[in-house]
Amino acid sequence: MSFISVQNIVFSYSDDDGVSAKNAVNGLSIDIEKGEFIALLGHNGCGKSTVAKHLNAMLLPDSGKVFVDGDDTSDEEKTYDIRKKVGLVLQNPDNQLVASIVEEDVAFGPENLGVPPEEIRKRVDEALKIVDMYEYRTNAPFKLSGGQKQRVAIAGILAMQPECIVLDEPTAMLDPNGRDEVLSTLLKLNKEKNMTVVLITHYMDEAVLADRVAVMDEGKILTQGKPREVFSQVELLKKHRLDVPQAAELAYRLKGCGISVDSLPLNEEECVALLEEVLK
Amino acid sequence: MTKILELKNLSFVYGQGTPYEKCAVKNINLGIDSGELIGIIGHTGSGKSTLVQMLNGLIKPTEGQVLFNGKDIWENPKEIRKIRFKVGMVFQYPEYQLFDETVYKDIAFGPINMGKSGKELDSAVRKAAAFAGLAPDLLSKSPFDLSGGEKRRAAIAGVIAMDPEVLILDEPTAGLDPMGRDVLLSQIVQYHKQRKNTILLVSHSMEDVARVADRIIVMNSSESVIFDKTEEVFSHGRELEQIGLRVPQITKIMLCLKEKGYDVPDGVLTVDDAFSCVYSLLKKEGKL
Repeated sequence: MSFISVQNIVFSYSDDDGVSAKNAVNGLSIDIEKGEFIALLGHNGCGKSTVAKHLNAMLLPDSGKVFVDGDDTSDEEKTYDIRKKVGLVLQNPDNQLVASIVEEDVAFGPENLGVPPEEIRKRVDEALKIVDMYEYRTNAPFKLSGGQKQRVAIAGILAMQPECIVLDEPTAMLDPNGRDEVLSTLLKLNKEKNMTVVLITHYMDEAVLADRVAVMDEGKILTQGKPREVFSQVELLKKHRLDVPQAAELAYRLKGCGISVDSLPLNEEECVALLEEVLK
Repeated sequence: MTKILELKNLSFVYGQGTPYEKCAVKNINLGIDSGELIGIIGHTGSGKSTLVQMLNGLIKPTEGQVLFNGKDIWENPKEIRKIRFKVGMVFQYPEYQLFDETVYKDIAFGPINMGKSGKELDSAVRKAAAFAGLAPDLLSKSPFDLSGGEKRRAAIAGVIAMDPEVLILDEPTAGLDPMGRDVLLSQIVQYHKQRKNTILLVSHSMEDVARVADRIIVMNSSESVIFDKTEEVFSHGRELEQIGLRVPQITKIMLCLKEKGYDVPDGVLTVDDAFSCVYSLLKKEGKL
């Protein structure tokens, strides 16, 4: 079985009166392999965040199953094991930092797991070094920039030594530099530590960095594949309120005028190379 | 043209006289014409929010002046509340500030505080809702039953309902999906065109700002380092990168092409413009 296996899950949020609304997730299946970097796209309200919360047993499916490393998330005895393996980072960094000093915040997770103090010290230092925030370890979190706060939040997850990190729009509130910082941290974790990364984002230029892109709609997977495969389906993505990188869009429109374009460029370099080729 | 807002030697220092003293805005001098759509960009902590909070008197400058229609807004501190009706502010994630029983009442809160009632109030609420792209049948719903995008619109409508002469929007599209972003931005531009008021748009999205702004204020370490036409600002790709900003991907592609000797203009801002540039180049070369 894959590291995370989501099998035909259905989930609906019920309101206070116990009346269930329409299904937020509606028969979704996806397998995530160990060490994979997968980007999850989809318009607002398509169920992405609901799926993310299923990956570490924050939510349990109404029907269907989620397995993490072979453990069923609905098995209460396994909940802690699962949350140790899969950490979740949310959109707003201000809502997830709890302590008044950076290193204490990072220590919060492992403390709750009952990790011995000397081991915590080691883990906190390591985690802060990975996200490049070690020199800020004694600072107050509220004085950090958005990107720095988000990296501290990631360090807090890393200190629990998970095998997979799930991030729900971690860069939505960040400036371009902050976004770069978070993305390069994720790439580093994925490439150097073989961390499994599930990144939910609205930014197409972030999604192109992943090994695989899955697009959600109406609580299901609409299409998935390598970024190049997914982003070549320009019409399909636009129809579902999504976008393609500007580089791909320009090439797509040139293609529409009869210019031969083998594969759509995903970034600036590829697009410039393509334009030079057609203008030659 | 009349300057609706004029900033003179405007500075703000947090915690002045304490060990935590920090200068957030330093000596800004600029004028904004009535009817302009101004983008404000700058990395986190560059002073954007402090700057806009001074424009409607939420915080008082530690030095310098904000002139609204030629008059210092702090001339009579007791009147500062009136300025807030004229310079409306939509904060980041405004949907967290919805509070009333119905969307209608929430939108009406501002105009009621301004003393509006009866027909005048009703028309202000409905007009604002329409400008923000809210369907009329949503007005009777609880704001908490709306979707995220609708909540955002309801909150924006609440400020538009006060019919401000200057509307400041702080990151209005953050967290919306690409289509939601496009639609909301177009709506803001539509509103701007019809109402002919002045809009200040604070954003981290260079693509958004590039698409809609007439002029852009670039903030860096508390100062306004560039204030110029949008095309001009984005033709300074390297400089923007040095201060932690980017140019839109499409602008960068066209700048690269230009550096390689192709005949394309500086500061191409949208895929549409880039397409027509490349198209005419291809035509000229007889490739089409």
